[in-house]
Amino acid sequence: MSRRGRLFVFVAGALGISALFVWGFSGLPDFGVQPSVYGEQLSERAVDERHATNVVAATTFDYRGLDTMIEEFILFSAVIGILLLLRAQRDEEEDAPHDMAESRRPLPTSDAVRVFGLGLIGPTILFGTYVVAHGHLTPGGGFQGGVVLASGLLLVYLAGEFLSFERLAPEKLMEATEAVAAWTYVAVGLAGLVAGGLFLTNFLPLGRIGDVFSAGMIPLINVAVALEVAAAFVLLSDEFLEQAVLVRKRDRS
Amino acid sequence: MTVLPYVVAAWLFLIGLYGIVTSRNLIHLVTCLAVTQSSTYLLLLAIGYQEDATAPIFGDIPMDAEVVDPVVQAMTLTDGVVSVTVSALLLALAVQTHKRAGTLDPNALRALRG
Repeated sequence: MSRRGRLFVFVAGALGISALFVWGFSGLPDFGVQPSVYGEQLSERAVDERHATNVVAATTFDYRGLDTMIEEFILFSAVIGILLLLRAQRDEEEDAPHDMAESRRPLPTSDAVRVFGLGLIGPTILFGTYVVAHGHLTPGGGFQGGVVLASGLLLVYLAGEFLSFERLAPEKLMEATEAVAAWTYVAVGLAGLVAGGLFLTNFLPLGRIGDVFSAGMIPLINVAVALEVAAAFVLLSDEFLEQAVLVRKRDRS
Repeated sequence: MTVLPYVVAAWLFLIGLYGIVTSRNLIHLVTCLAVTQSSTYLLLLAIGYQEDATAPIFGDIPMDAEVVDPVVQAMTLTDGVVSVTVSALLLALAVQTHKRAGTLDPNALRALRG
């Protein structure tokens, strides 16, 4: 289809979607006035029932824990898809890292990047751990903390070399971590099924409101999700970095 | 009634789609999809917003404080994770497309090749 033709189809479709938007939005509650009944109920009950001060975390990992588990497996299967798509193909071979343009000298990492990168690794990992551990108390949780932890590992790549990054976070270990962490979520759910009769029923002591070890199974799920997300993001970056530095076509060599 | 958040959400959705339709580069196309997806965050958070209310985190605020809807915030969190995975998967496809076809321009990818 020509560019003009495609644009014409888009404009026609956009007008139709706009009409649907107007129709749909006119049925929405007024902006900034009423919260949903469900949301209001959760805000009122979550602290008493679950001893978690972060109601968003209580919603994500407890009241709607099943949805989050399925969502975690979306991430899991997407990473499997990417590993499959980016694996070395039959007509490629993995190669020691070197630049494709022979005349171009790779720029050495500047000392400033190395020093600040190295200095940031510790604080980033510490901050990520804090975000995960306090997910049920303050803003944060497994997803956010997991991404922070993964960036802590990526700083190793930034400050050092790709190979030291691969040594520190070997692909096999990351794959195993991701799988075990993803299934830990399911195991927690099954333990709730055995102990409480329903999938993902809380079976751990609720503890004192505001303590790090409180809110029952929410911190446990947070840790599982954090490991899953961190391993998934390290694997993703690893695969894309490998594309840049390791894989090349045989016919070019 | 303030309609601005809803208008912006609809605009983000449509401008992202426009970018996808007219894109000449697959990487740009994935970024446009991320813009389209961000309209859903705005829509969800706008539905949950309440004037003079604070975040639903009862660490430092009294138990009877007015808070915004926690359900849509949890959904937005989910939404963001899905958005990232979709982008990563599509970028992996773009890498493979560039290897097979030698181009990232979707207009140049006319025929299917086995």
